[in-house]
Amino acid sequence: MERIPIIKMGPFLLVTIQVDMHDRLVMALQEDLTEMVSSNGARGVLINISSLDMVDSYIGRMLGGIASITSLMDAYTVVVGMQPAVAITMVELGISLQGVMTALNVEKGMDLLRSKLKLAPEQDHEIDREE
Amino acid sequence: MKLTVKSDSLVVKSPQEIILARQKVREYARSLGFNLVDQTKLITATSELARNMVEYGGGGIVVIEHIDDQGQKGLRVTFEDQGPGIADLEMAMLDGFTTGNGLGHGLPGAKRLVNEFEIDSKIGLGTRVSIVRWA
Ligand SMILES: Nc1ncnc2c1ncn2[C@@H]1O[C@H](COP(=O)(O)OP(=O)(O)OP(=O)(O)O)[C@@H](O)[C@H]1O
Ligand SMILES: [Mg+2]
Repeated sequence: MERIPIIKMGPFLLVTIQVDMHDRLVMALQEDLTEMVSSNGARGVLINISSLDMVDSYIGRMLGGIASITSLMDAYTVVVGMQPAVAITMVELGISLQGVMTALNVEKGMDLLRSKLKLAPEQDHEIDREE
Repeated sequence: MKLTVKSDSLVVKSPQEIILARQKVREYARSLGFNLVDQTKLITATSELARNMVEYGGGGIVVIEHIDDQGQKGLRVTFEDQGPGIADLEMAMLDGFTTGNGLGHGLPGAKRLVNEFEIDSKIGLGTRVSIVRWA
């Protein structure tokens, strides 16, 4: 079965969403993330949506779903890379990514996660060694 | 008087076909000279209405038209299904109303993204939604 790759980046997990994902793919991703958050003890998940040319209520719901699942696992989700035209349109459509943090890009998203988790900047490797 | 300059129609019954409809609308919007934000509004409204058609109406037909009203260029997209129809249109147009597991922003949200929005639905016969955005 087709699956969305999840990449480990220091203490975080990175998922890049390419196009529209159908229900089964979303469910598989949610399962895989839950699995990886628990096995790796990851405390943060970055979801890169820079290649999405729109976010409709369906995709918005999917992102919210991932965030609420990871928060149950005591991890934070940050959505990164939303295109400006997509952000403007989402506001008018009336969907807000409630409970989902956003950042401009992957790097800023990692900074946000580090500050949320009170990790010192660029200390990912030390954290790795501690484990 | 709105004249149709060019049009395309697509059968949309699956999530995959919703993507194709979006791509076709994007193509039309680009060739009509819509800016990126307006293109995004059009494909987002298309996505919402096509998804409703697939989710609640059993799929249907999307017609994409380049229209012209006395020199004013526009893009019209019409979504037509032969599904169960909508019992209470006024309710359906309210933010937050859903009979599914959505958030109920599809219809009112799509309306906010365009210049003209028409909806017509008959119980047992189907639903037709038409949107226009002027270039
Ligand atoms: N083509 C259709 N045929 C039958 N019923 C429809 C159709 N489109 C919309 N509806 C009805 O109108 C309601 C409101 O639609 P709307 O798109 O606003 O919200 P939603 O689809 O429930 O949630 P969301 O779009 O936020 O995911 C739907 O729940 C459904 O009952
Ligand atoms: Mg909807």
